[in-house]
Amino acid sequence: MAAALQTAALLSASHNLIDPQRFRVGLLARSLPGRRGSIFVVRADGRTSGFFNAKSRSGNLITNAVATKADASTSSTASKPGHELLLFEALREGLEEEMDRDPHVCVMGEDVGHYGGSYKVTKGLAPKYGDLRVLDTPIAENSFTGMGIGAAMTGLRPVVEGMNMGFLLLAFNQISNNCGMLHYTSGGQFKIPIVIRGPGGVGRQLGAEHSQRLESYFQSIPGLQLVACSTPYNAKGLMKAAIRSENPVVLFEHVLLYNLKERIPDEEYVLCLEEAEMVRPGGHVTILTYSRMRYHVMQAVKTLVNKGYDPEVIDIRSLKPFDLYTIGNSVKKTHRVLIVEECMRTGGIGSSLRAAIIDNFWDYLDAPILCLSSQDVPTPYAGTLEEWTVVQPAQIVAAVEQLCE
Amino acid sequence: MAAATAAAARRVSCSLLRRDHGHLLPLLRPFASSAGGQPQLTVETSVPFTGHKIDPPSRSVDTNPSELLSIFREMSLMRRMEIAADSLYKSKLIRGFCHLYDGQEAVAIGLEAAITKKDAIITAYRDHCIYLARGGSLVESFAELMGRRAGCSKGKGGSMHFYKKESGFFGGHGIVGAQVPLGCGLAFAQRYLKEGTVTFALYGDGAANQGQLFEALNISALWDLPVILVCENNHYGMGTAEWRAAKSPAYYKRGDYVPGLKVDGMDVLAVKQACKFAKEYALQNGPIILEMDTYRYHGHSMSDPGSTYRTRDEITGVRQERDPIERVRKLIVSYELATASELKDIEKEVRKEVDEAIAQAKESPMPDPSELFTNVYVKGFGVEAFGADRKEVKAVLP
Repeated sequence: MAAALQTAALLSASHNLIDPQRFRVGLLARSLPGRRGSIFVVRADGRTSGFFNAKSRSGNLITNAVATKADASTSSTASKPGHELLLFEALREGLEEEMDRDPHVCVMGEDVGHYGGSYKVTKGLAPKYGDLRVLDTPIAENSFTGMGIGAAMTGLRPVVEGMNMGFLLLAFNQISNNCGMLHYTSGGQFKIPIVIRGPGGVGRQLGAEHSQRLESYFQSIPGLQLVACSTPYNAKGLMKAAIRSENPVVLFEHVLLYNLKERIPDEEYVLCLEEAEMVRPGGHVTILTYSRMRYHVMQAVKTLVNKGYDPEVIDIRSLKPFDLYTIGNSVKKTHRVLIVEECMRTGGIGSSLRAAIIDNFWDYLDAPILCLSSQDVPTPYAGTLEEWTVVQPAQIVAAVEQLCE
Repeated sequence: MAAATAAAARRVSCSLLRRDHGHLLPLLRPFASSAGGQPQLTVETSVPFTGHKIDPPSRSVDTNPSELLSIFREMSLMRRMEIAADSLYKSKLIRGFCHLYDGQEAVAIGLEAAITKKDAIITAYRDHCIYLARGGSLVESFAELMGRRAGCSKGKGGSMHFYKKESGFFGGHGIVGAQVPLGCGLAFAQRYLKEGTVTFALYGDGAANQGQLFEALNISALWDLPVILVCENNHYGMGTAEWRAAKSPAYYKRGDYVPGLKVDGMDVLAVKQACKFAKEYALQNGPIILEMDTYRYHGHSMSDPGSTYRTRDEITGVRQERDPIERVRKLIVSYELATASELKDIEKEVRKEVDEAIAQAKESPMPDPSELFTNVYVKGFGVEAFGADRKEVKAVLP
């Protein structure tokens, strides 16, 4: 039974490989046994910087992870390669591997050490690495972010955790003025290889101040790179890439995605920070999304497919800079764009993305770009109102229908 | 004759109590009647006050039986409300964050006993009981916690955003430490408008390490603002103990040039005395810091069990030795203002009141979807936001 399923996966995988139009991003080339020397930087068009085997069994990788329970029909876990874990465990794995690899990597944040992290991302790291590498800070975001930036200037690679992205507003001066600017104003002398990470987004009735979707606030800061993870696979890959990057990276996680389960490869892999992820190749319309909205989009896609549409879904992942290569190829194919995001409508990521697409791909568009974002209101506490604040799958379906008519 | 026997019995019972629980009971003194017919009681606080750059007030606090009984009732009400909120959270009627105040009731009640509704109070997210003390109703609290229309913020704020403008309660803030500059601003307005009132800005030991606090304190001291910074030191900033977050856990001394007072926050009469003293001081001289040595029985919030960073023995130890309600109960019983069974009746009554309030709050409906867009701006701007699917009203420019 297991063997039959695996063969089926192989067959479908090779079918994917043959069709160049459909095969895009994020597939891991798995050829070498053993871990040493086999890290891969996975790129959009299948190029890798490590060892590459043309007959790679891409079917083992879940490229369109949707937040559903693990399929009951799949064979027992023992026969599938890789290991299953939750998103916060994937982040921890990435962090731990980087801390093992490079003694300059340290973690700073509130309750990350002995408490184990408020979302358990740093659980177990403090006993393993000690108090100097996993630092419990007092509640003083402005100062410890500033200290992280100062440490980065001399060669350390701190990972600063904001317990919630909203708290990083307290550190905004340090992030904007120092973190983003120092490499430029010093003429290239100082590098700031810092990673600032934390959960944001609308959770389950956490109140206005703890449900901020403020990716766009950081968007204008020159010198920063912004990425948003959405699955355990890309969470681990982006975490590792962010730590290895010489630039300051802000990694946006989402409060509601920490318990997503997925099977990720055993081998070491690093994803490309500037890359978008093709979640579902299609032809009628391009849906651009990131973070939690990816799952709302995939839920809407189920309805859309039943209605006969063939949407192409891209998880843009890199919020700054945008992966206009992947996006552009998609626009040239479908000619219709829908952006679905959790950010605010006014000045959100979606509005800049829309401007970028219009600037670059105007001639390829057959319809105005539609952008669904969250309402310009503080997130209310009441559950029903909170649902209305963010985009729901029904609205996505309606928007696609409107675009395609 | 009967009076003498009664007095003798009182003395015996007092000394008995003192022998058994000497370290708990305040030293008792016989009371004399005041002119108004209410007997005046003088009670000593559990420990003397410690001052920083100031002479601490006297340890003897004046009170009277009706005050003590109402204190007991209010504290039991608060305790009951928080425990009811705990079970409502576990049955998923309250969602999100819920930070409970049980164990710290003495601070809320003692503070309220020392001031008027014209004075302002601002605090952080552990605000349910302070809201109650400022005159908020149980129904409004529970309705807000459950996100209903009848809530004090119409269901849009939640646990961390309780406010009551008429009684000078300014919330209710989720970002740690951010309420302290706000509080200093309230005091600035009070000084500007020459109101003769003060502001109490409450914060925790975790927030005491925020830079904005020291910035605001500097400005307040410079401008002689009538603000009292009250550090509710429950010794844990979420999961981090105070000795791991602060080099100097003597929070009352951290004002440096601003005087401070350390108070036993589990003794409601000590809190009352300190706040009265602080109010008089602040009206004359500017800011002062009060550190309330208190304790929370629950974890930081409902998602924190509260036992990973402290031992259960510690929690039960504090509950046995320093519980604020028990202290007042012993006071009342020893002064024979009420019998133990009468106090139990009060607690039963309180429990019933809380249950009725919960039932009433549950009946309140959820807010209407149109409420999503109300109160973003003050009406009159002429803008309407529109729905995500673009099928609703478009924005109307003024």
